[in-house]
Amino acid sequence: MVATRNVQVKDGDVLVMVGTTKGAFLLRSSGARKKWDVGGPHFPGHSVYAMAYDGRGKKPTLWAGTNSMHWGGVLRSSTDFGKHWTEPESANVKFPTETGASLKQIWKIRPGRPEEPNTLFCGVEPAALFESRDGGETWELNRGLYDHPHRARWQPGGGGLCLHTILPDAQDRDRMFIAISTGGVYRTDDGGRTWQPRNHGVRADFLPGKFPEYGQCVHKVVAHPSRPDRLFLQNHWGLYRSDDGGDSWTDIANGVPSDFGFCMAMHPHDPETVYIVPIESDQFRCTPEGKLRVYRTRNAGKSWEALTRGLPQKEALECVLRDAMSVDHMNPAGVYFGTRSGLVYGSPDGGASWSKLIGGLPPVVSVEAAVVGGVKSNGSRRKASAAKRASRQPARSSSRPRAAKARGAAPRRRSPKKK
Amino acid sequence: MITFQIPGYLRSFTEGRGRVELDGSVASVGEALERLWTLHPGVRDRVVTEQGEVRQHVNVFVGDESIRFTGGLATPVPEGAEIWIVPAVSGGRS
Repeated sequence: MVATRNVQVKDGDVLVMVGTTKGAFLLRSSGARKKWDVGGPHFPGHSVYAMAYDGRGKKPTLWAGTNSMHWGGVLRSSTDFGKHWTEPESANVKFPTETGASLKQIWKIRPGRPEEPNTLFCGVEPAALFESRDGGETWELNRGLYDHPHRARWQPGGGGLCLHTILPDAQDRDRMFIAISTGGVYRTDDGGRTWQPRNHGVRADFLPGKFPEYGQCVHKVVAHPSRPDRLFLQNHWGLYRSDDGGDSWTDIANGVPSDFGFCMAMHPHDPETVYIVPIESDQFRCTPEGKLRVYRTRNAGKSWEALTRGLPQKEALECVLRDAMSVDHMNPAGVYFGTRSGLVYGSPDGGASWSKLIGGLPPVVSVEAAVVGGVKSNGSRRKASAAKRASRQPARSSSRPRAAKARGAAPRRRSPKKK
Repeated sequence: MITFQIPGYLRSFTEGRGRVELDGSVASVGEALERLWTLHPGVRDRVVTEQGEVRQHVNVFVGDESIRFTGGLATPVPEGAEIWIVPAVSGGRS
């Protein structure tokens, strides 16, 4: 078996965690994001559909949901960037006996809000939400959602009946969104005791009634912490935005080659900017015209632009799955995605230009990016040089100066003179 | 006495042992497995689901016969039998 390689990680580095159907890989770079070291494979032979970076504690913790076709799934963690992973003797995420259900796969690991550092959430198949209040030591099934009367009518999508999206409201601790394929979006306003479907306006092309209360095949939902009532949704056919916490959804598929797709990523600093990778159709799950194009909106979906510089524009019949796209919190932001064909691409400039970070991996099913130790806010050299590079990108610098200033994306002003 | 044959992956939960011997007799495979994970608790959740069912891609044999065809966990275990825990070939699909 191939030997596992470890990467040396330090504060300020950017880490891209790549989960595949046969193991996980850790990509590390300095803040410049030009050269990447590759570590792995971790958990060879196990699929890794969920990874997470939790920087809230004293030591950064990496999480991985690993699944063996033979031996089942378990949630593991590492506090030394993958040199050692926990191997719980007993499965730590499991259904209570009286449910009659068995864990098929862990789909999402989501650290809770910064002010609740011991809280983590986990989305699984069959569709259910688990919560930990002790830093991941023990996990409990959320019964409010599991016992929902709609459960019997949720149907598995192509990936299984999975709960793949968990969005704690950044400002309201009682509110959280989850999404199920196929079940749709559900919201709690009472800390998880009760859940209401929030799918008004979202299409379900595969049902006789196109706009049911629930049952949509939602592929991914994202939101920006500064605007928790605004959500963006990539549907199984359909791109949507909600400005009222999911109460209603508006079609925003304006100028994309297809509104089918899986992944969606929110810009870390700009609540108007979202990234997607359109896919031709549910019958032909490949990038349209053989062109690998990331689409970006910078006006909350009024228009979308193709980002192609550095991405193959012919003979690229690729697919990017629902959790295989992520952003880092550097400025300018890094954007990353992985394909079913085992390629990982990254952009250090918010999507203006791309390069292949690695190829030849097993099919990529999850990508999570993080800045180790968090982004330093005191204008480090790293940040300044990154902003300088960004200012050279025409797609970013000239068209929206007011918005750019408002979101603080390009700190080009001189420091105030000392008096 | 009965003997369990442990596959490579599970040996990290049996202190490296490929064979685990149990004294005395047991009435069924289910009882034998219960005794196995009393000795080595980490084996349990890898072999059976939280509902106590043998995982889909794990096969358990008593001698040469898969318990899927002999009564599942109720399959009797003769004195001196070997019980094999084997990953199924179907598990390599992905």
